[in-house]
Amino acid sequence: MAVQFNMDPKKCPMPSQDPHVRNHNFNEVALGYTEEMAVGEAKRCLNCKNKPCVGGCPVGIDIPGFIHKVAEGDFEGAYQVLSSSSSLPAVCGRVCPQETQCEGVCTRGIKGESVGIGRLERFVADWHRENVHTDPQMPVSNGHKVAVIGAGPSGLTCAGDLAKAGYKVTIYEALHVAGGVLMYGIPEFRLPKDIVQNEIDGLKKIGVDIETNMVMGKVLTIDELMGEYGYEAVYVASGAGLPRFMNIPGEGLKGVYSANEYLTRTNLMKAYLPDSKTPIKKSKTVAVVGGGNVAMDAARCALRLGAETVYIVYRRGKEELPARREEVEHAEEEGIIFKLLCNPVHIDGDENGNVKDITCIRMELGEPDASGRRRPVEIPGSEFTLDVDTVIMALGTSPNPLIRSTTPGLETNKHGCIVTDGDDGLTSREGVYAGGDAVTGAATVILAMGAGKHAAKAIDAYIQNKNKKA
Amino acid sequence: MFKILKRKALKPTVTELVIEAPLIAKKAKPGQFIIVRPFEDSERIPLTISSYDPEEGSVSIIFQVVGGTTMELNSLPEGGYVHDFVGPLGRATEVEGLKKVLVVGGGVGCAIALPIAQELHRLGCEVHSVIGFRSKDLVILEDEFAACSQKMMVMTDDGSYGHKGVVTNAIETLVAEGNQYDEVITIGPLVMMKFVCLTTKKLGLKTVVSMSAIMVDGTGMCGGCRVSVGGKTKFACVDGPDFDGHQVDWDEIINRSGMYKDFEAHAREATCNLLNKEVQ
Ligand SMILES: Cc1cc2nc3c(=O)[nH]c(=O)nc-3n(C[C@H](O)[C@H](O)[C@H](O)COP(=O)(O)OP(=O)(O)OC[C@H]3O[C@@H](n4cnc5c(N)ncnc54)[C@H](O)[C@@H]3O)c2cc1C
Ligand SMILES: Cc1cc2nc3c(=O)[nH]c(=O)nc-3n(C[C@H](O)[C@H](O)[C@H](O)COP(=O)(O)OP(=O)(O)OC[C@H]3O[C@@H](n4cnc5c(N)ncnc54)[C@H](O)[C@@H]3O)c2cc1C
Ligand code: SF4
Ligand code: SF4
Ligand code: FES
Repeated sequence: MAVQFNMDPKKCPMPSQDPHVRNHNFNEVALGYTEEMAVGEAKRCLNCKNKPCVGGCPVGIDIPGFIHKVAEGDFEGAYQVLSSSSSLPAVCGRVCPQETQCEGVCTRGIKGESVGIGRLERFVADWHRENVHTDPQMPVSNGHKVAVIGAGPSGLTCAGDLAKAGYKVTIYEALHVAGGVLMYGIPEFRLPKDIVQNEIDGLKKIGVDIETNMVMGKVLTIDELMGEYGYEAVYVASGAGLPRFMNIPGEGLKGVYSANEYLTRTNLMKAYLPDSKTPIKKSKTVAVVGGGNVAMDAARCALRLGAETVYIVYRRGKEELPARREEVEHAEEEGIIFKLLCNPVHIDGDENGNVKDITCIRMELGEPDASGRRRPVEIPGSEFTLDVDTVIMALGTSPNPLIRSTTPGLETNKHGCIVTDGDDGLTSREGVYAGGDAVTGAATVILAMGAGKHAAKAIDAYIQNKNKKA
Repeated sequence: MFKILKRKALKPTVTELVIEAPLIAKKAKPGQFIIVRPFEDSERIPLTISSYDPEEGSVSIIFQVVGGTTMELNSLPEGGYVHDFVGPLGRATEVEGLKKVLVVGGGVGCAIALPIAQELHRLGCEVHSVIGFRSKDLVILEDEFAACSQKMMVMTDDGSYGHKGVVTNAIETLVAEGNQYDEVITIGPLVMMKFVCLTTKKLGLKTVVSMSAIMVDGTGMCGGCRVSVGGKTKFACVDGPDFDGHQVDWDEIINRSGMYKDFEAHAREATCNLLNKEVQ
């Protein structure tokens, strides 16, 4: 069917909750395209011969392919194209940093705005979830067993692909729910938890076992999994959850949180619901230190939990903010105040040990550092104080030591990340693969998912090979 | 879901539960803890493993009813289930190579100290124990401590049982009697541990404390359990719970442990009404 192009230079805007309403609730901010909007936006795609967008997507989704189906109104066909490369399109459509990936290299972006690839991906995945209710087929078993450690996007993806290939897969998860950061970190208003749960339920339907409350390395070791438990391979996807602190005076005061603790209390333990049994501080004025997605999420949660003033304190400039552009825009619209080129020096408390204020120093950008970003340097004598009652540290995280400290022979680097060989995710231990944040350090959902896919392929090849030889 | 095999009220507000958890029972070591959620919507709270039986596949916890979550836990019957039970968490207490140790427990902290005293005893170490309580009706585990200690002193604040005084009085007495210890291991309320450390520092006795920091995940992910030890930030759930007591910044941790006082008071009341139970 011939499709008529839509030459509008602008992306179809995303219907969203009003900023002054949404900053008081935890409902999803972006409401999603209607069918007409999706078809209209899909018609902006030029179906480029060289497909630069596909090269920009870490998992190489056939972007013009699925978009063409949307333009034709064949939404289920579009879903089939998506799901051949991605196992979490409803998630990635919402949280991928599209502006630096697929959309960043889209031809339409040269003169005008890129095609809304993420928004279309979300639309298609949501349409499928709401309209197609066929139960997936139980794959035919091949009699082999694989264990996965960690039920974040990387572990879930690897488990799904292996299960579809006939493996009996068990995921061991430390927390009481599966989903990893998608459940405990990213808030409901950005990624509704029933969408994540839907993906998890889908895996259970194809026979994946998920054992929660299992802290691996403590209750069972990798050696036991591959020994008495009879798993032929293990995929380690335990993420990078260990929060960093600044080690400045006052971090031990009441009212100082790591972003992980603040977000875990809010999202995993549902502290935002009136009858939640897990407490969280009722704050009036909050400073969030950091500039990534985690910082934006913490700041926007603080606002929704009732804070009147919320600052983001970040040591570089606006251009350098590592958060998704959309999250920065949403945070600004909701009234978050950005204190850019500022760095905390110390936090002070009142006579009861509660946070009273935070002192910051202004920074300017100097010479570029190893990462190519210009290094912030302090401007002497430029200290100033913000009155706050809560400080949330969102400075990044590193992999948790539990797996590496209990797995002899598992090579890790100086940051605590597991060392793997090439794309396959093979570690220094035979039969042990790893991927996602546990290998890369804190990164993105799509990279974690991609690593899970690669590892599933490699594990399948490894087990098939081994059995051929035997 | 984890089955409650046995439930025993040790005191009106101190309960022992034996939980079916075969994998944890196989791995548990003295000094480690679990995280429990009584119901699907409960808070996650840490409790020390007070004993374990790998053969029966069970783990015991002894807890004091102090607030909402412990009230919920206390409401569950024998044969019932706790929703989540995770462990064993934290590092085991280091007991190897010790010849003579003083174990100092305070209140329900005695439940945490007991398995350590028993393990030391089993390894042939000479164990002296001091267990302290506010008054006679709160005394727990006296027989169990007596069975694994060469010498024992029970202290009560009001003198209604044992010796009158606080545990630090007993430490001074024992040292004055000429006892030397390789190590003092102390577990109890933060304030008690702080004073034990002040006393043992003066006496030049190495002291290990078990930190009861506020925890959420117990896996090193939230940083809520952080403690300053020797000027460094440590996470009690993965680096601890045991630390060198003379290096701990006590004032900071005592301050932080009161972070949710108002919320807890409210939760206690709400749960109390909900469970319609009189607790103390
Ligand atoms: C607040 C926040 C916002 C973010 N926003 C975005 C965004 O907008 N876009 C984006 O692309 N990325 C974002 N990220 C990053 C992204 O979420 C991560 O890169 C991704 O989740 C990594 O996936 P993973 O599967 O490797 O690890 P995780 O999602 O961290 O999952 C690891 C799982 O392993 C479990 N685990 C850990 N140790 C053990 C153990 N010993 N035994 C058993 N289980 C264990 C953990 O409990 C967890 O469930 C965000 C991260 C955070 C924290
Ligand atoms: C490693 C560790 C081992 C412990 N072992 C035992 C034990 O064997 N027996 C026992 O009776 N108690 C133990 N505790 C203390 C126990 O966790 C608290 O009594 C319990 O969390 C109180 O919860 P609540 O909702 O009933 O009371 P709340 O009213 O919520 O709190 C009462 C007090 O308990 C402490 N507390 C509250 N929430 C937490 C939390 N999430 N984590 C830690 N402390 C908290 C606070 O100091 C608070 O003031 C241990 C604590 C830790 C950290
Ligand atoms: S997965 Fe992410 S990068 Fe790939 S097409 Fe979708 S939104 Fe773009
Ligand atoms: S680069 Fe943009 S316009 Fe070209 S095919 Fe990809 S999405 Fe369509
Ligand atoms: S309890 Fe969360 S890091 Fe220790």
